[in-house]
Amino acid sequence: MPVSTDAQGAKIWQLRNRKQTLIRWAGYLAAVAIFMWCWQRISEATTWFFVWDAPRIAADIGGRAWPPRWSYMDNLWEPLWDTLNMATLGTLLALVMAVPVAFLAARNTTPSAVFIRPVALFIIVATRSINSLIWALLLVAVIGPGVFAGLLAIAFRSIGFCAKLLYEAIEEIDHTQVEAITATGASRWQVMAYGIVPQIMPAFAGISVFRWDINIRESTVLGLVGAGGIGLQLQSSLNTLAWPQVTLILIVILAAVVIGEWVSAKVRGAII
Amino acid sequence: MLELKNLTKTYRTGDKALQNVTLTIPKGQVMALIGPSGAGKSTLIRCINRLVEPTEGSVILDGTNITTLGTGALRRMRRKMGMIFQQYALVERLTVMENVLSGRLGYVGFWRSYLRKYPQADIDEAFRLLDRVGLLAMADKRADELSGGQRQRVGIARALIQNPRLLLVDEPTASLDPKTSRQIMRLICELCAERDLAAVINIHDVALAQMFVERIVGLKAGELAFDGKPTEMTEDVLTSIYGEEDWHATIREVDDEDTDIEDPAA
Repeated sequence: MPVSTDAQGAKIWQLRNRKQTLIRWAGYLAAVAIFMWCWQRISEATTWFFVWDAPRIAADIGGRAWPPRWSYMDNLWEPLWDTLNMATLGTLLALVMAVPVAFLAARNTTPSAVFIRPVALFIIVATRSINSLIWALLLVAVIGPGVFAGLLAIAFRSIGFCAKLLYEAIEEIDHTQVEAITATGASRWQVMAYGIVPQIMPAFAGISVFRWDINIRESTVLGLVGAGGIGLQLQSSLNTLAWPQVTLILIVILAAVVIGEWVSAKVRGAII
Repeated sequence: MLELKNLTKTYRTGDKALQNVTLTIPKGQVMALIGPSGAGKSTLIRCINRLVEPTEGSVILDGTNITTLGTGALRRMRRKMGMIFQQYALVERLTVMENVLSGRLGYVGFWRSYLRKYPQADIDEAFRLLDRVGLLAMADKRADELSGGQRQRVGIARALIQNPRLLLVDEPTASLDPKTSRQIMRLICELCAERDLAAVINIHDVALAQMFVERIVGLKAGELAFDGKPTEMTEDVLTSIYGEEDWHATIREVDDEDTDIEDPAA
């Protein structure tokens, strides 16, 4: 009880009483102790010689990497195009699959909360829990290396993300609009088209461009595992220690991501 | 025309929202339903078009028992019942015209409605109704650009384009200012008279109800507590429905109007 009475009978209010305060301080102490212990473990497992050496090595690599090899750009246009395609088509494919999953997962639209909703939620969790790099590794093994594997990896990873955000938007809609459309004698599909879809359009548009923006970043690394795109060039340049090429590729990726974010911000601003 | 027989609704939580409500509403009668919050007014209206499934009893419209209908037949029946809501319940991101035309959804197929290819007759009627409620110039505006009173007019047009036999009106004025409230009530009652529609109007404002309707039904804790003419609405009746309070100011206005009318006769 933060409210107590002192000797004079006046009421005293404190945010926490003595016991609560002590518990908090004990908590802080435990947190510091755990941090120190972890730090010690990490320290034991680190070869400190290499760490002290790091600035010199970094400076050495930096020196070799500069200036970027601009002429290598000729080899990058095509992989860059592949990367953008993977991100864009992957996002579209993901949306096509995510929309029905979202409607099956939302409590207010699912045909069966007992049987179908858990399946939809499982699809969402399963696709979300596997990183797109892992999806790409699996898919490269299954359907062979190339852009198509990367596209599918992006798509599968995005289903859960898009479906989750979309089904949350569906659950938050204003129910009276749905009631009003139902009351006109509209069919189930008409209620969906008139009562629900207009309400979730802004969320849908926002989610789409947001995911596209993320997918541009993700698709730049998929090449590392053989799924096509600019990551393939990055990997071969790293393997041959061609540091000026690596610098150029990193600059190109940075530019692509910045442009992607700019476009998605514009689109979101225009829709919402 | 509309008959409610022993209508009972018990929610899953055990709340008895309606208990044995029996009512008959003749063709063309505008009836106000009053009662404290939680008395079951909204539930009663929603049981009529089965937005809420009644637990027991029957709702009979033009000789058809609505409570036993299957999905398709229920949809056809709902076309005969226009509904008007407290918070307007327009689809905010659609235009006024789309909102009005959505009242025809029960009559057109999915693809026609999805592509907004409504029959020309429906579009003509929509323009006529928008003109009638004074919003012809707003047809292309998005619903969320309108003011409260304008939105409620769109809601009325949407209900009327269904070409209903009955209007179910849930607190039409609760979100509106006093002047707009009167205008909206007047519009609803005029339209009911023009088209010979029956209406059930849930309303909090007793004085407003007395001003416009021909019959008042009071609901208390899910049971009928009063059924009579607006003039029979006394302070005692209000006390029996709402509980003890000084009701003089609430109904005086109408008493004055009544004496105004009766004086010359006397």
